[in-house]
Amino acid sequence: MAEKVNIIFFSGDLDKALAAFNLAIGATAMEMKVSIFFTFWGLNVIRKDRKISRTRGIMRKMLNLVNRGGARRLPLSRFNMGGLGRSMMKKLMKDSKIPPLEEMITMAQKMGVEFIACTTSMGMMGISREDLIPEVDKLAGVATYLGEAVEGKVNLFI
Amino acid sequence: MKADATLDTLGLYCPMPIVKTAQKIKDLKMGEVLEIVSDDEGIIEDMPAWCRKTGNEFLGIEEKEGEYRVYVKRLK
Repeated sequence: MAEKVNIIFFSGDLDKALAAFNLAIGATAMEMKVSIFFTFWGLNVIRKDRKISRTRGIMRKMLNLVNRGGARRLPLSRFNMGGLGRSMMKKLMKDSKIPPLEEMITMAQKMGVEFIACTTSMGMMGISREDLIPEVDKLAGVATYLGEAVEGKVNLFI
Repeated sequence: MKADATLDTLGLYCPMPIVKTAQKIKDLKMGEVLEIVSDDEGIIEDMPAWCRKTGNEFLGIEEKEGEYRVYVKRLK
């Protein structure tokens, strides 16, 4: 049976997402089974590039006004400089023939990486299933992650 | 070294050379040799590691002016 790699993706940063997806794609090439559990800011990676469809409460509305999702929009964890750093990083990646994150997400999904979205974070932030990209395989919680983690050879928190 | 097929990964960074190797090796018959051309230095350690993990045989590596030719025999 293939060894399992489980990644908790907590961060909402582009650079960390690139590292996580590189690992996930590489692991499938190593014939390992990979799942990524997206929680908290990490949900931004698997959110559609649009406003939240329906949010209840003024605080959620405020949060979703400043916390826009979509792989394309993620900032860098350092030197983002209001998006300038991100644009420059994307240019560097293109020049180095590194695929953009959006392509990595599609590639990972085609290679069998399982995408799990954390329901607690979704509920708290007012994000529903239709706000997430179709690549997401299932919605789940801590028990699902831990169930997979105990079988995992590699468990990472990014 | 003689190879039955060649895979060009020039200009591609990790993990793409091993991702493409994993796909390409399926086109070969058991016992055939795949030559992978890469300019990513990481391939020196990564390809033997990939072979150990997947059960294919790492035959060797040749370097010439920053270009690596790696030979892998399909066993799995």
